[in-house]
Amino acid sequence: MKFSENWLRELVDIPVDGAALVRKLTMSGLEVEEAVVLGAGLDGIVVGEIVSAERHPDADKLQVCRVDIGRGEPLQIVCGAPNARVGLKAPLATIGTTVGALTIKAAKLRGVESSGMLCSARELGLDADAGGLLELSADAVPGQALAAHLGLPDTMIELGLTPNRPDCLGLRGLAREVAAEFGTKTHLPAEELVPATHDGVLAVRLDAPRDCPLYCGRLLRGLDSNASSPAWLVERLRRSGLRPISALVDVTNYVMIETGQPLHAFDAGRVEGSIVVRRAAAGERLALLDERVVELADDVLVIADERKALALAGIMGGFESRVTTTTTDVFLEAAHFAPAAIGGRARRLGLHTDASHRFERGVDADLPRLAIERATALLLAIAGGSAGRVVEAVAAQYIPQRAPVRLRRARLERILGVSIDDAEVMRILAAIGAGAAATEQGWAITPPAARFDLAIEEDLIEEVARLHGYDNIPSRAPRGEISPPPVPEGRVAIAAMRDQLVARDYAEAITYAFVGGDLLETWGLTDGGIALANPISAELAVMRTSLLPGLVAALAANLARQQERVRLFEIGRRYIAGDPSPVETRRIAGVATGPAVATQWSEPARALDFFDIKGDVESLLALAGAASDDVAFRAGGPAWLHPGRSATVLRGEVVLGHVGALAPRLQKALDLGVDVYAFDLDVDGLAARTLPVAAALSRFPSVRRDLSFTLPATVAWAEVEEALRAAVGPLLVDVFVFDQYLGPNLGEGVKSLATGLILQDGSRTLTDQDADRCVALAVAALQTGYKAKLRG
Amino acid sequence: MDALEGRVGQSLQAIAAAATLEALDAERVAVIGKSGFVTEQLKQLGKLPGDERKAAGERINAAKDSVLAAIAARRAALEDLALEARLGADRVDVTLPGRRAGRGSLHPVTRAMERICDIFARLGYERADGPEIEDDWHNFEALNFPPDHPARTMHDTFWFGDGRLLRTHTSPVQIRAMSRQAPPIRIIAPGKVYRSDSDQTHSPMFHQVEGLLVDETSSFADLKGTLSAFIRAFFERDFEMRLRPSFFPFTEPSAEVDIGWTGDDGSTRWLEVLGCGMVHPNVLRNCGIDPERCSGFAFGLGVERFAMLRYGVRDLRAFFENDLRFLRQFA
Repeated sequence: MKFSENWLRELVDIPVDGAALVRKLTMSGLEVEEAVVLGAGLDGIVVGEIVSAERHPDADKLQVCRVDIGRGEPLQIVCGAPNARVGLKAPLATIGTTVGALTIKAAKLRGVESSGMLCSARELGLDADAGGLLELSADAVPGQALAAHLGLPDTMIELGLTPNRPDCLGLRGLAREVAAEFGTKTHLPAEELVPATHDGVLAVRLDAPRDCPLYCGRLLRGLDSNASSPAWLVERLRRSGLRPISALVDVTNYVMIETGQPLHAFDAGRVEGSIVVRRAAAGERLALLDERVVELADDVLVIADERKALALAGIMGGFESRVTTTTTDVFLEAAHFAPAAIGGRARRLGLHTDASHRFERGVDADLPRLAIERATALLLAIAGGSAGRVVEAVAAQYIPQRAPVRLRRARLERILGVSIDDAEVMRILAAIGAGAAATEQGWAITPPAARFDLAIEEDLIEEVARLHGYDNIPSRAPRGEISPPPVPEGRVAIAAMRDQLVARDYAEAITYAFVGGDLLETWGLTDGGIALANPISAELAVMRTSLLPGLVAALAANLARQQERVRLFEIGRRYIAGDPSPVETRRIAGVATGPAVATQWSEPARALDFFDIKGDVESLLALAGAASDDVAFRAGGPAWLHPGRSATVLRGEVVLGHVGALAPRLQKALDLGVDVYAFDLDVDGLAARTLPVAAALSRFPSVRRDLSFTLPATVAWAEVEEALRAAVGPLLVDVFVFDQYLGPNLGEGVKSLATGLILQDGSRTLTDQDADRCVALAVAALQTGYKAKLRG
Repeated sequence: MDALEGRVGQSLQAIAAAATLEALDAERVAVIGKSGFVTEQLKQLGKLPGDERKAAGERINAAKDSVLAAIAARRAALEDLALEARLGADRVDVTLPGRRAGRGSLHPVTRAMERICDIFARLGYERADGPEIEDDWHNFEALNFPPDHPARTMHDTFWFGDGRLLRTHTSPVQIRAMSRQAPPIRIIAPGKVYRSDSDQTHSPMFHQVEGLLVDETSSFADLKGTLSAFIRAFFERDFEMRLRPSFFPFTEPSAEVDIGWTGDDGSTRWLEVLGCGMVHPNVLRNCGIDPERCSGFAFGLGVERFAMLRYGVRDLRAFFENDLRFLRQFA
């Protein structure tokens, strides 16, 4: 809602200056989004009338004008504006005046004397978009100060009104609000009745009385559709953010801004028979004022005649029945449309108009009668003609009635946390024009008709708090019973996982939860993808089925920014289609590329490999302590991973996720140019842990025996480890590999492993013979199971 | 001066001159070794007459002791010298960097979000969570946004074909919490939210933290006190704070909270930092809570906003570009 401060001041006493008004409005919940001062510094700018205009002898685009400023001889002004013409009244900056940064001096333009400058609205800072000379209305008097003629200076104030305050979408309502805020009086224009001077009428029938319970119509005849709107009206519209169009349209807009009631003017000559307010037939078509043809659903309300739809009720007029420059007879409409009948319709049709904005939020049902009289009076005054009587179609039972709302003193105090004096409550209710009757517990309030937002007790509590001032409500420190909830030690906190990866040199990233369908396709991760119906772009169109495509894209963007070593991780959800609802699973994913460690003097440079990233994954698994003992890495993974350098991470039989090098084909498709390692794991699966149960420590020493052997390269370490543990039994308390060697001297397909066995008994010291027996068991198992040969 | 004295004097000189432990040892052997000078002297003791034997023995032992003491002293001195020499050779350049494993960084949004949740955890708020792919009921209707209500146009919504949507705020978690548990309720719900809006100051995905308290006594005054305590705790500073009447369908009275922020140029301006209000009775009823018995307050804040203010981030888009040069600043 934009409006002129000067106009508002005509309607209500405002005891403070503009800046204080803006503060007061904002602090009362009517947030001022912008306040633009117009027409400051118009000293010396006067109304000029061009009395002659001739082509400049030496310049095609310039005219030499003689301009009357009401005193002395007309001034000679050289002007380049295309709309300079004889008879035009326009602002003239006289010599010595400052326009913007320019001080006007007598000058010669291409050899011709010019003693001033004719100005555009843009040059005067009145309208940023308006080029050409500002065309002043016919009633401007040459020589008059422009500021006086235009009612300047003024401030254009824009409110960001919340949907609950449609009453402030008109200046009458806004004036009431401001009067309530300041405790002052309004001076609203008297409601005048314009008597009928002809007996022409158009009958109105309400076929959808629930949607439109009140319709006022009036036939105006013999209007001059070429009449121009007076300067004051044009200026007020401009300062309300509306473009002047023609007197007939301007008046309906003006009355809408003044009263809050949208009106519509039909060309009466285009109406066949009487007016019918009805629902559209499904599929019915209508050409709108903006020349678009829309197909309507049957829940859309239209204004029709007996043959066709004329307009979208409460949203936009129709093209056929619009007022044109040849219109002489006008049918004027001011109606009450129920918000439920208008809400959402305009949006569905891709429209948002001043009318739909108001009707969706609710317009006072008392306004149509007032507005139609006001518009009639203005039209007759500006465009002549004569008025018929107002035709009213009413379905009284559907007009919103305001039932009294209770307001309990105790409830008020309970919700606000402070007791407010009865007198203050009464002052506030009186200020907004609500009726109040005392009851045993408080009051029965009859809200003013325009205040749709005051329907229940809480609405009134808010209203009292608002006008009492939120600042006047005390602030009470947090309090309450302290009862700490059980702290779940059986789960690894997500913060711990984050910290673990940060400690291993990963930077946390946050990528969009939606990615491009193409990208998922490239990764082969389209299964279960859920597409948005209204994405903002193709790159952000499908909910991610994995964190990795976005994370690798972020890695690639960093490579493009000359980062050689990139390590990123993210914790977030992936989304998979499911029945009955989509499945959102929290994942932890990481990507890494470049040297294994940052370049430094004390470590040899080494490219990242599988065991670096596996180490990162193992460090996460280790957070779960003993609960990760049954974790296994099974060779191989999904197609986006390198088949020989990837593993599926299992905990028992449950797949936690995957780790490995990205598949070469994928790296190529993504144009990565470097090897990238990645992991993607289930957060909840990782988080499960058991409480430690302390075991007794052995008092007896342990024995270490090392075993080196060769065996086929295809045998996995995990198998060897399991075989050793099975063969030796519980005396083997630890086993580790400390060297692996594959070389030509061993022969094709053979590798050598060096392992350490830690042997210990809980009840006695092991003898050499005990240890020898264990080693013999181990060797035998490896020889029979894996054709291992002992070395050295 | 007899032969013993002369030999001892000679030996003491040799010990003092010994430059190595080997030379020192050779001298020891020469004096007290098997056929050393002193050993030989002792062997001769038995040949002396009985009355001279005692005095001679004492003299020889004293000579032996003095030589041994000199050897021990010289040995310690030589060992000290050797250690000195080794310490010099062992010296490292301590200004060279240590072996680096490197340290990553937490995303500033995570950092701010954790900080916010931590503060409320101390006030007894438990973390709560809900789906991001929501239904109309939880995101709108239960929160008192009827279908086609103009307030819905304040939420540019991402829709799915089946009528589901990406939650436009964390407020649906209120509904889930209140439908699940009975008052008293104190929850804090951080998470991602989505609006179909993208420009310099809007991201289609961003983060909110929602707080909700429902019990039998809480009022607007408690809401004010809680928020001002939080703001002070988060920024570690006292701010001028004001509540401005506003409108959210799910709270009433509703307010926007502004803080008086002092910019780099020293000027103070009001900055909107969160929205809040008393839970609307329709919302309580939608969750099976009797609004006559219980009341409560709710608030929602934009995490990026807090992160920007706290860490001096000027461009919202930086949060989602994941530029390492940006991220690394939050180590």
